[in-house]
Amino acid sequence: MKDSVLIINEDNTPELSPDKIITQTRILKDEGFRFVTMSSTDLGESICVLYHLDKDLQLVNLKVDVPKGSKIPSIASVYGSAMLVENEIKEHFGVEFDGLPLDFQGMLYLDEEVQKTPFCKIGITRV
Amino acid sequence: MARTVIPFGPQHPVLPEPLHLTLTVEDEIVKSAIPKLGYVHRGLEKLAEIRDHSQMIQIVERVCGICSTLHAMCYCQGIEELMNVEVPPRAKFLRVIWAEMHRMHSHLLWLGLFADAFGFESLFMQFWRIRERIMDLQEATSGNRVIVSVNCVGGVKRDIDAETQKWILDTMKIVEKEVLQLKSTIMDDFTVKRRTVGIGVLSKEKAYEMGAAGPTLRASGIAQDLRQTGYAAYSDLNFEPVIETDGDCYARTVCRFNEVFQAIDLIREAFTKLPDGELAVKAKGLPNGEVVSRVEQPRGEVLYYLKGNGTKFLERVRIRTPTFANIPPLLDMLPGCDLADVPVLILTIDPCISCTER
Repeated sequence: MKDSVLIINEDNTPELSPDKIITQTRILKDEGFRFVTMSSTDLGESICVLYHLDKDLQLVNLKVDVPKGSKIPSIASVYGSAMLVENEIKEHFGVEFDGLPLDFQGMLYLDEEVQKTPFCKIGITRV
Repeated sequence: MARTVIPFGPQHPVLPEPLHLTLTVEDEIVKSAIPKLGYVHRGLEKLAEIRDHSQMIQIVERVCGICSTLHAMCYCQGIEELMNVEVPPRAKFLRVIWAEMHRMHSHLLWLGLFADAFGFESLFMQFWRIRERIMDLQEATSGNRVIVSVNCVGGVKRDIDAETQKWILDTMKIVEKEVLQLKSTIMDDFTVKRRTVGIGVLSKEKAYEMGAAGPTLRASGIAQDLRQTGYAAYSDLNFEPVIETDGDCYARTVCRFNEVFQAIDLIREAFTKLPDGELAVKAKGLPNGEVVSRVEQPRGEVLYYLKGNGTKFLERVRIRTPTFANIPPLLDMLPGCDLADVPVLILTIDPCISCTER
């Protein structure tokens, strides 16, 4: 069903382990889904990363829980346009993406002197 | 051949928006482009921590002046879903009317800037003169020219009376006639065609794969528009997406022209079918849960991810604006084009950096 509003729950948004995300997005791309964006939320001990994809205006979400300080694979090899938003999440939430084709080193929005991840409740200091 | 690196923006004589690109050129041919954001980054999403969910309506309206009411509409739609609120039918139609007026003034603003980019200063003023008529309507109906603050959780805050409806419909007739006259002036012009036809071609496949949005996507032949989902009152209106197939700068311009005429038709139809009834219902409780809300802005699809935790403050407000989605396609279009075409090419995605950087 085409809908402009979608409540996210366990039934429609599967939680994946970080190592499954590339395979799953590849499957969805082969089915004709396009990349919309990614969202992230600070859960305290971890960062919740949501992947939003759609086909014929039907939205599909994938959820990955990333423990703070750990890395997840970049999906830029599947969807090249994910590169910008992955840099944004890295900068604002401190999530490291493995295999980013263009890494702004936390300076896409912010300047070099900003040492903390501003969207985290407890910031991660940039080293 | 030696390569030259040119910083393009954030302040540039042609660009109205502070887009910042680092261009690598070889003999005036662009080889690569790397974006840099942050010039107008304000961290508005972070304000959700200290502004409650109803105050956030005023915050999201200020993400972008050009599409203020559509940001609020998308946000309210998400909160209404979380709080299980059914918006009254009259409010849904009024939301469509304000949204389409916004689309008209945004496209007219862009058409003026586009004309100005070619040095057609009188044409720029003509477009903006027509746009003033829409701004007057917005001021009369909402009390403000730019930040049209009419949405609230549960409906709308203002009504449009019969006398104002007549004024709006009369203005639509004048605007339609004037825009039609200007359409042939600009679109049949030899110079404009030389500078836009076949320039910055984005193929249908690339537009889809790169996640393009709005007229940038539809000018490449993909009939995808969030209004097809029937949000607000679009399900009761006769709506078909405007598409073009060539995917070049010219096609994107034609697409926006035709969307102005479509917006006029939608406003007329919405007034014909405007039901009587209340403007808003009271929302009870506090938002709890996660929701994704999307609407079609003038520049394309905007996405709000909202997470409530049962308190008056939302845990997360995430905004993905259409220009953010159109930057990867732009980076794909730029290599191979002349340096002189870069400003025109950038303009045809109608960038809004205030939106993008939030």
